[in-house]
Amino acid sequence: MSAASVSPGLRRLVFWSGIAALCAWVIVPIYLIGLGAFGGRTGVFRWPKNLLPWDATLSAMQTFLAVEGVWAAALNGALVACLTMIFSLLLGAPAGYALARYTFAGQNAFRMLVVLTRAFPLAILALPLTVTFIRTGLYDTAIGVALIHTALALPFAALVSSSLFMGIPKELEEAAWVFGCTGFQAFRKVVLPLALPGLAAAAIFAFVISWNEVFAASVLTVRNKTLTAYLLTVLAESPLHFRFAGGFLLILPSIVFIFAVRKYLFAMWGIANR
Amino acid sequence: MAGITIDRIEKKFGAVTALQQLSLEVADGEFIALLGPSGCGKTTLLRIIAGLESQTSGRVLIGDRDVSALPPRARGLAMVFQNYAVFPHMTVYENVAFGLRMKGASDAEVKKQVDRAAGLLHIEPYLERYPAKLSGGQRQRVAVARALAVQPAVLLMDEPLSNLDALLRLEMRSELKSVLAASGTTTVYVTHDQTEAMGLADRIAVMHKGVIEQIDRPQALYERPATRFVGGFVGSPPMNFIDLPVTDGTASLGAFSSPVKKASGTITAGIRAEDIDVTQSGGLPFDVSVCEPLGATLLLTGRIAGQLARVSVRPDAHVKPGDRLGLAPDINRIVWIDPANGKAMGAAA
Repeated sequence: MSAASVSPGLRRLVFWSGIAALCAWVIVPIYLIGLGAFGGRTGVFRWPKNLLPWDATLSAMQTFLAVEGVWAAALNGALVACLTMIFSLLLGAPAGYALARYTFAGQNAFRMLVVLTRAFPLAILALPLTVTFIRTGLYDTAIGVALIHTALALPFAALVSSSLFMGIPKELEEAAWVFGCTGFQAFRKVVLPLALPGLAAAAIFAFVISWNEVFAASVLTVRNKTLTAYLLTVLAESPLHFRFAGGFLLILPSIVFIFAVRKYLFAMWGIANR
Repeated sequence: MAGITIDRIEKKFGAVTALQQLSLEVADGEFIALLGPSGCGKTTLLRIIAGLESQTSGRVLIGDRDVSALPPRARGLAMVFQNYAVFPHMTVYENVAFGLRMKGASDAEVKKQVDRAAGLLHIEPYLERYPAKLSGGQRQRVAVARALAVQPAVLLMDEPLSNLDALLRLEMRSELKSVLAASGTTTVYVTHDQTEAMGLADRIAVMHKGVIEQIDRPQALYERPATRFVGGFVGSPPMNFIDLPVTDGTASLGAFSSPVKKASGTITAGIRAEDIDVTQSGGLPFDVSVCEPLGATLLLTGRIAGQLARVSVRPDAHVKPGDRLGLAPDINRIVWIDPANGKAMGAAA
């Protein structure tokens, strides 16, 4: 059946049910976590749930934030995420530029290899990594965790920046060369300003990956845990509404970041260019 | 200001030879067009002059300076690209000023040159806008202004008008010609559009498969093509090529005959569509199959002894498909071509 023969009513129904499914998939869980976080001790166990947070209270959140080590862990997590962001951009963007601008032997194999790094299950690597990290003194440091997180975020950084650079016509660079630029000047004056929004998006994406990662962060640290790893150990013994408060705090930065850069995420994946 | 000398430039892409030992002299202040079908190597040659592509062997001289090994920025030239390549994150003013700023010109000097170039191309009203807000024609003006602002010794243009619509192209063409004539810049202009090359250039170099087939003034190129390829590529409609049998130094077909520089065999007569008088009988027998009124002329397509031919006649001529006409070509304007090698041989007598 061709699309034209579908009645407008049916098409609208499909459209809206698609939206409803997406909302149920993404927004409802987040909303429920929020309800749990602000609902207080009673709100968590109430059934049926209040659809609107009538009796919202910050008490759980306040208690949670007062728990020893939360702030230190949050700071540590942010530090690791920032390091991950810097490493993956510094390594990934040049790789992306090379992939976009030069043809070299094994280019496709390299592209494949970049993605394949994600195929290694971290769990298998955990023990050797821990041993190596202890030997080299990286164990229980922010840099150590950031290195592992960089390995996770790097494929995205490289591939996303390669498609970014591909979207910038080579003629712009050539024009810059003709009008007096060295290769590096052309990159700095023409390519970089045009790629910057997308690179910022890729950087924040790396930040979110690191912020949310829990396995490596738990295994490779003892005292200097990231917030995610810290919550995993602490919250196992906490009351339910505390766990919700912690969970809500965890997803908050990701949501804020993704909203802030959604325009560029869409642009770099070619979904929309507006 | 400077001339360009291209000295036995060769370019190979792997096993493919894009340019074969190509040499070309462009005089100071001359406007030369590189004309040819796609894949003939004209853009490669332009990019080698610019330094964006490296030659396999040979030298490029600008003025008397060997620039073969220099990067583009050190060659003292400017370029206009097919897709404009104006910088989207800069205002029109900054785009035009780009080359000057890279040279380290003072703000006063930059302003003076930008104003001059903007005035030439009539883009003063847009100077503070971003390129995204401009039409294709306006962007191309910006690209040309950016190139002229640096007062280059040599200006290279790579099909600068091909992305514009037909009407705008015509307008930009005449404007380009007057602007470039006024600035007196040595210009190399790549195009596949023969009317563009004819209209703009002082001389045209027709390229085909990596070699220059002929280089001459537009009118000479049109009237006396050196090869069959040039005759067929330059001019619209293309030149007619009619094979005639030769006996005892005379080519003849139907009631037409002419002395030629060949004793026997076959010779190809290259005849322009408008160099033919139509009679009711006599001359070359021509069977009309299609009549196309073009306004200024009536274009007839048909066959001479089975060979495709086009004839341009007065628009009020009474001809209809199926007619048989006699063609009397102007003997002095026929280009005789040796069918063996496709080269013109010059008429006898």
